[in-house]
Amino acid sequence: MIDIENITKDYVMGEEVVHALRGVTLKIHRNEYIAIMGPSGSGKSTLMNMLGCLDTPTSGRYEFNGKSVAEMDDDELAAVRNREIGFVFQTFNLLPRSTSLRNVELPLIYAGIEPERRMERATQVLTDVGLGDRIHHKPNELSGGQRQRVAIARALVNGPSIILADEPTGNLDSKTGEEIMDLLERLYERGNTIILVTHERDIAAHARRTVHLRDGLIELDHAGFIPELDLPIAEMTST
Amino acid sequence: MKRFLYELSESWKIAAAQMRSNLTRSTLTALGVIIGIIAVTLMGTAVNGISIGFDKSMAVLGDDVLYVTQWPWKPVDDWWNYRDRKKIKTEYAETLNRMIAATPNSKLVIAVPTSSFMRSIKYSGNQVDNVFVLGTTSDFIVTSTIDCTSGRFFNELESRGGANVVMIGYDVADALFPSQSPIDKSVLINGQLFKVVGVNTRQGTFLGLFSWDSMVAIPLAAFNKYFSAKSDSDVRVKIKDKTKLADAKDELTGLMRRVRGLPPEKKDDFSINEQQAFKSTLDPVKNSIAIAGLFITGLSLFVGAIGIMNITFVSVKERTKEIGTRKALGARRRTILLQFLIESTALCLLGGFIGLVFAYLMCFGIGKAFPSFPIHFSLGLVFLSMIVSIMTGLFSGFAPAWTASRLDPVAALRYE
Ligand SMILES: Nc1ncnc2c1ncn2[C@@H]1O[C@H](COP(=O)(O)OP(=O)(O)OP(=O)(O)O)[C@@H](O)[C@H]1O
Ligand SMILES: [Mg+2]
Repeated sequence: MIDIENITKDYVMGEEVVHALRGVTLKIHRNEYIAIMGPSGSGKSTLMNMLGCLDTPTSGRYEFNGKSVAEMDDDELAAVRNREIGFVFQTFNLLPRSTSLRNVELPLIYAGIEPERRMERATQVLTDVGLGDRIHHKPNELSGGQRQRVAIARALVNGPSIILADEPTGNLDSKTGEEIMDLLERLYERGNTIILVTHERDIAAHARRTVHLRDGLIELDHAGFIPELDLPIAEMTST
Repeated sequence: MKRFLYELSESWKIAAAQMRSNLTRSTLTALGVIIGIIAVTLMGTAVNGISIGFDKSMAVLGDDVLYVTQWPWKPVDDWWNYRDRKKIKTEYAETLNRMIAATPNSKLVIAVPTSSFMRSIKYSGNQVDNVFVLGTTSDFIVTSTIDCTSGRFFNELESRGGANVVMIGYDVADALFPSQSPIDKSVLINGQLFKVVGVNTRQGTFLGLFSWDSMVAIPLAAFNKYFSAKSDSDVRVKIKDKTKLADAKDELTGLMRRVRGLPPEKKDDFSINEQQAFKSTLDPVKNSIAIAGLFITGLSLFVGAIGIMNITFVSVKERTKEIGTRKALGARRRTILLQFLIESTALCLLGGFIGLVFAYLMCFGIGKAFPSFPIHFSLGLVFLSMIVSIMTGLFSGFAPAWTASRLDPVAALRYE
């Protein structure tokens, strides 16, 4: 369903040009669980934004469900993000003054769903992630793990085909992180496609396929999580 | 369409929440609009009042009356052509009336002569200066809006006989007889005693424009007897149907040419005027007052709008990350545009509403303090100021909202 070929992304900063991606080719199928790893600055977030149709490549081909993303206009991209993609951010990015329910309703509003259905659906999804009793709480009344679960509920509410999570556990302690990973595991088992960026080996170990980036290129792409293979890079990241 | 409605209602909710959470800031910003709306509505009521005052003064002239005069009621460049015209004589009225009677299907009803000058009037120690003294016949009431609060206009007998009777305007009565009824008292006009038979109802003066309140009317025969010397005379002619004003005017022109005995090749040596002509010379004055006033007060509204624009820019900047998140969740450009437009509009509407309440109270106060000032607070004004508020909101919100809608989602999400 995702098919990118030789994608590059350059950022021009005055005189200097930063090559964030230098030619990435990747195929992702329905119901895959992929971890993207790599050192800081290797282009992981850039690649995620590209996959999530938030950003457009400098060159290369990107087909999403058989449609060329380069040919979509702004509104079509917004529609794809709304219906096909669920974002989970490291910093949760909840609207601070809105309740969990209203936060989760947001994608449904943009999809044009009527208020009763919105409410019903959002409550349902919040209950699914274990927050049935927190729907009228505001983000500052929730713990970090609960906030991230609200964010996941928000990503899920429109029934997207892919969940994109950029370091979803980055701001959580390891125990809460594990809870979030259990939730993602459940989503994967229910048939969702999950792409996750992480630094942590423990987190990456949940995925069924691992992609290593280095300096804007794919260094390794293999099934499962192979400690011997994945260890060195993880260590390099931490040094 | 449905989606648009949902997004609209969502935007209103966000705007309301935004205002509540930044109450001080919102209030201070709205203050500019509040002041602007107060200024504009007060000026609006004043302009409206001026306009009503003008129209009221005009109504004194009557919209179904033609005035035969020496000078036209409009500014002329070639005044020398009019200076040497023969004066209009009061006797023309009788001649005209005979002609009207002899014309089948005449468009005219009756001709009434008037002569006038300015004099002071006295009654036992009280004196009013510059009173417009009008000499006319009892037919005058047909052509005018006379309506006596007490007493009556002089009758035909007094008119023909040139009796020393007078009908006085409201202000004259008020000044001469502060604490008693003027009826049957005798006032002194230019050394002659006149018995008061009636007092006209109050009409209200405005900007010193002509009003019946500072005027008195006496029989023309008496006027000619005592003060014919240097007076101006006109003939006013009532017409049958004010929708056929032009026809009536043509007919009257023909009659007047016969009265004057003009051969066909000669030009008219008199002018026939109607209220409308007078109005069209006054309208530009009225309009320029209105435009100048609204322009000046509009400036304060503009300053208010800049304040709103500024705060909306701040709001966009503060919420860059939120905008990025919304875009990631599927908000389209127009969604974001709408959201910030509605935020600025809501702020302006709030300011406009508060301003309107203040303006209403002020109008009420002014109306109480200066009853003669024709200040009119109308429902139309409420609508107008609400529309002005909305327009101001859209105007001031557009640039920030446009910037917000164009933000690159990735850059917005990275913004700290
Ligand atoms: N808006 C931008 N302008 C300029 N350079 C950018 C921009 N965004 C990213 N870059 C550069 O692109 C490269 C890749 O950045 P990216 O955020 O994808 O790294 P990352 O792999 O997600 O790193 P981390 O693990 O620290 O999040 C970096 O060198 C970064 O400096
Ligand atoms: Mg990153």
